[in-house]
Amino acid sequence: MTGPTPLQPGIGLGWFARHELRLAWREWMAMMSGGRVTRRVAIAVFLVVAASLIHLLAYGLLAPWVRQGIVPDRATLVLLTGSGLLFWTVMLSQALESITRVYYARSDLDLILSSPASSRQVFAVRTAAVGLSTVLLAALLASPLLNMLAFLDGPHWLAGYGVVLAMGALSTAIALAVTLALFRFVGPKRTRLIAQIVAAIVGAGFVIGIQAAAIIYYGSFSRFALLQSPDVIAAAPPPDSPVWLPAKALMGEVPALVLMLVLGLGALTLAIVLSASSYGAHAISAAGLSHVRSQRRPSRRGFRRMSQRQALRLKEWRLLQRDPWLLSQTLMQILYLLPPALLLWLNFGNSAGAFVVVVPVLVMAAGQLAGGLAWLAISGEDAHDLVATAPLAPRTVLLAKIEAVLAVIAVILAPLLLALAIASPFMAMVTAICVTLSAGSATTIQLWFRTVARRAMFRRRQVASRAATLSEAFASIMWAATGAVWASGSWLALGPAVMAIVVLALARLLSPRRG
Amino acid sequence: MPAPALAISGLSKSFDRLVVDGLDLTVHAGEFYALLGPNGAGKTTILRMVAGLLQPDAGDIAILGINTRSDPVAAKRLVAWVSDEPMVYDRLTPLEYLEFVAGLWQVDAAIAATRAAELLDWLGLAPHANELCGGFSKGMLQKVALAGALVHDPRLIILDEPLTGLDAGSARQVKDVLLGKVREGVTVIMTTHILEVAERMAERIGVIAHGRLIAEGTLDELRLRLGRQSSLEDIFLDLVAQHAPAA
Repeated sequence: MTGPTPLQPGIGLGWFARHELRLAWREWMAMMSGGRVTRRVAIAVFLVVAASLIHLLAYGLLAPWVRQGIVPDRATLVLLTGSGLLFWTVMLSQALESITRVYYARSDLDLILSSPASSRQVFAVRTAAVGLSTVLLAALLASPLLNMLAFLDGPHWLAGYGVVLAMGALSTAIALAVTLALFRFVGPKRTRLIAQIVAAIVGAGFVIGIQAAAIIYYGSFSRFALLQSPDVIAAAPPPDSPVWLPAKALMGEVPALVLMLVLGLGALTLAIVLSASSYGAHAISAAGLSHVRSQRRPSRRGFRRMSQRQALRLKEWRLLQRDPWLLSQTLMQILYLLPPALLLWLNFGNSAGAFVVVVPVLVMAAGQLAGGLAWLAISGEDAHDLVATAPLAPRTVLLAKIEAVLAVIAVILAPLLLALAIASPFMAMVTAICVTLSAGSATTIQLWFRTVARRAMFRRRQVASRAATLSEAFASIMWAATGAVWASGSWLALGPAVMAIVVLALARLLSPRRG
Repeated sequence: MPAPALAISGLSKSFDRLVVDGLDLTVHAGEFYALLGPNGAGKTTILRMVAGLLQPDAGDIAILGINTRSDPVAAKRLVAWVSDEPMVYDRLTPLEYLEFVAGLWQVDAAIAATRAAELLDWLGLAPHANELCGGFSKGMLQKVALAGALVHDPRLIILDEPLTGLDAGSARQVKDVLLGKVREGVTVIMTTHILEVAERMAERIGVIAHGRLIAEGTLDELRLRLGRQSSLEDIFLDLVAQHAPAA
């Protein structure tokens, strides 16, 4: 269960790679199964069923396209390149976040950097691991489409995995270059924050950009409207342009694929070689930040007169505002609110029909944001003993924390709801109700599955309880569907609403019992 | 006769094994009481039950006459709990932390502000009052936690290994603050593995082994019990050896 044979003495790239692999494998197994064999089996069955369903969906999506015959004309190249760019921006975003962690995560770095082992080798292995994880995630996402294309149109589509490998390597190389540039120009103190912002903007930016373009030019919310538009296809470069290299490699052109692999892997190797020597220095400067004292502006007035709930809410807001990793976890969700805002802006004064698409996006975003913030406030309590020994009922503590979370959601969504209310009071009412239900459901689920954890564990909250994560996501989706159908004026909205309540009931059943 | 600061009777707690075994313990108001015991003796479990962080399986705890089971909120109002791991938020400043604690204990804002300034000054933290706690050393964090424990003017202070990891200067400051509070009539109960600290500071010492109180008294009373002049370390080791389970 715990992997390969014990490590042999000796220090080198292979030795470090084995060490990292063993740690990654054990962590992954612990996260997935919690050490229980029955859970491992259940997860394996779930993965097989989920993969089968997604492949069926991909079949349904691709079969009509393949029947028409896929030829490497401009339309196909534009569609493949655009879709590939969507994947690539997500890969780049993930790589940026992961590379930042290579420099900032402490864990065993103190031990390794204080040992006689070469920090260059540690860095090379950890950067390669980032590249590998980026590639694996992208390959997992793309696999239903690639497998179905290979099944329907021929095995040459399997070359797509090579393209994913090349693009993953290129993403990691670019992420490394960006991180090093940030270290050089803004210093270790701000690099983490700016890298998170860049990662979020890159991850959401392209999707939002083409969605915005589709809204402006075609009044559609679909990102594919732009990729299939005759104007874009006509303006695209001719098929022999090097711009189409990734698309041609994807379609199985061997020279294009080889060139892509050489470019991607070459860029990554070069980036590692050039930056490895400075890794130790940058990691040490990042480590020094935990000892740097951050001065806040002194408050001019004395302590505030406040109730216990006010004190708790104020504390939560201060901590949320200053959380170093929160930005990367929530910024993307906030950025996804921009297209609906744009749609609202453009359709201001038009019929309410255009707003139907806005409702589910807002409801979904509210649910996801509330889930993350609720975990931080309810479970991520760094001074649990202090709050537990304070003279107030546990119920009061929870109420105050819920109020703090919902108030943040309200502040973020209020401007959009207000704009919607001016344009269409009915839509605003539907959105407000569904946003409240979605955020309330996510918060309630976090309450039922609450644990005692450090805030620094935020990134692992999604694997700490898969039941909580899944029910939170399903409840948000169901409330978003309720909002969308209700906004279109149909009583069928009751269907997803009932489903959302069923999801909540199931979550309650699965949640740990409390005495 | 005033109610004792802490009165424990028949207290029991089990996890996978019996950790606290029908404990009876009384600590008088205004007393400095040291609770000693080997690792795993049940000291922390006892104190966590007193602080309201664990529910006893059986038995009663009364703090200055208030039963913690029947009126936990009133009991908590009188108590401060300081553990060996400082309960401090990395991203709050000491002043903001003290404002938060004062809010939880509903201390008048003006009084809390004055008290906070005094405490930070007393503990040598005044120059760092507006810095985020995240950059502080272990000793500074422990002092912030202690300031938090004192800002609501508790009548009973419970400390679990408060001097762990502190340098000599910080340990001296913490000890001075605690002795000052005892002089003001506050009761202090402290666990420690540093026996010299217990020897010098505590008026009475209780020794716990296997969840039971195996000896209690002043240092002289404990010496009398062993029938020879010994250091607390010798007394402690003898007592623990006498109560070691048969192999």
